[in-house]
Amino acid sequence: MPKRRTRFTFPTGLITQPVIFDLGRTFQLITNIRRADVREDMGWVILELEGEEDEIQRGLDWVTSLGVRVDPVDGDVVEH
Amino acid sequence: MSYIKGLFCKECGREYPAEPLNVCDFCFGPLEVTYDYDAISKVISREKIAHGPHTLWRYHDLLPADVDNAVDINAGFTPLIKAKNLAKSLGLDELYIKNDSVNPSFSFKDRVVAIASTKALEFGFDTLACASTGNLAGSVAAHAARAGMRAFVFIPSDLERGKILGAAVYGSNLIAVDGSYDDVNRLCSELSDNYNWAFVNINMRPYYAEGSKTLGFEVAEQLGWKAPDNCIVPGASGSLFTKIWKGLNEFSSIGLIDSVSTRMFLGQAQGCSPIVTAFDGNDFAIRPVKPNTIAKSLAIGNPADGYYALKVLEETKGSAYAVPEEDVVQGIKDLAEMEGIFTEPAGGVVVATLKHLAKTGQIKPGETTVAFITGNGYKTQEVIEDVARPILIKPTFAAFEEAVSVRP
Repeated sequence: MPKRRTRFTFPTGLITQPVIFDLGRTFQLITNIRRADVREDMGWVILELEGEEDEIQRGLDWVTSLGVRVDPVDGDVVEH
Repeated sequence: MSYIKGLFCKECGREYPAEPLNVCDFCFGPLEVTYDYDAISKVISREKIAHGPHTLWRYHDLLPADVDNAVDINAGFTPLIKAKNLAKSLGLDELYIKNDSVNPSFSFKDRVVAIASTKALEFGFDTLACASTGNLAGSVAAHAARAGMRAFVFIPSDLERGKILGAAVYGSNLIAVDGSYDDVNRLCSELSDNYNWAFVNINMRPYYAEGSKTLGFEVAEQLGWKAPDNCIVPGASGSLFTKIWKGLNEFSSIGLIDSVSTRMFLGQAQGCSPIVTAFDGNDFAIRPVKPNTIAKSLAIGNPADGYYALKVLEETKGSAYAVPEEDVVQGIKDLAEMEGIFTEPAGGVVVATLKHLAKTGQIKPGETTVAFITGNGYKTQEVIEDVARPILIKPTFAAFEEAVSVRP
């Protein structure tokens, strides 16, 4: 099953929302958190998603639509 | 030979063999190269380095790739210039410009790509790849050409044609992606997982990043085997900043220079300054931003090494400054008009940061200060087009005198 390593950055308004729980419940995805730092005003979580490619993409699109920033764990790789 | 021992995770400390890896399997933290410093200490000396090639490979004992098979386009060992005019204008005495804009493909990226491409050949890759809009693309394409490797360069499809010539001329495969920068980021991360290619700043990143250490080595050697009091460095991913600091400390730890008390200063343009924002907030959490800056070569909204750059700022009691966008071009002009060096906007950021630090007394006249100029202005001429305003005259002596009001 395909896996995707990714980093979510949560804005203040989503800190208390169970976004990752909902992601796993709404889509056919296994969420596996490896590191995180959650504060009052922002938070980030580094996690692995496991599922079919299309389902991973649908899940990430949904998370993004909520206002979560989604990045590769490598940071920005487009250099100038 | 290389004295590399392997890789370790900067977050959890787990160790890995020296393979094409960049992320820890356990915590997804970034990986860093480790060396056998005891062995290096026995073979390295100032004399040995001084008799080495006039390239970054003179420091091969402290690099993770084998010099005997180096992909060498003569990167590194660039001039360290005493900037008397700029120093005078700022009330400083010992100001130096490390002019890395004169590397073979005109940016410091030649340092990192030299190491990445050499290591890629060692690993048996036949293809070098990157995602870039400028300096990195040119350097990857040039090194691939030299190494006889294929090059794939991924760019956003709306990139100006002029920006891609520096990569296209070396015969690389240019792939224009119909999407945003974020889309290109995501695609390249996926490709690196699925293609057996050497993506220089993804699966080769631990080795690639080590090339930036050589800027620290060179400055120490060129100053007469001592570390400067202050370094002023442009901030994009934060990697260059941390590696210059690492280079100075490696030289000290193996006895080539005395202990290091350098203060590290980082400059970003206001339109993309996530590291400065975190520093100003006394916070170690980087908040990613959407870049909107004239300094395109620093436009990394989600800097992979931002956290580690903040740790260096703290450790060295340095500071970070967000340059107002309108001051970037003035920085370019100052360096050109006072020192005869034409830099890209990243250099304008460095000069503007230098001016700020001098004005606020954070760097002092008696101290040795080095400003790192990492890219060439001929690549970004559009940002200073307003300076090109020739005086048009008829081809007569009288017309000339009238136009310029020259009198004996």
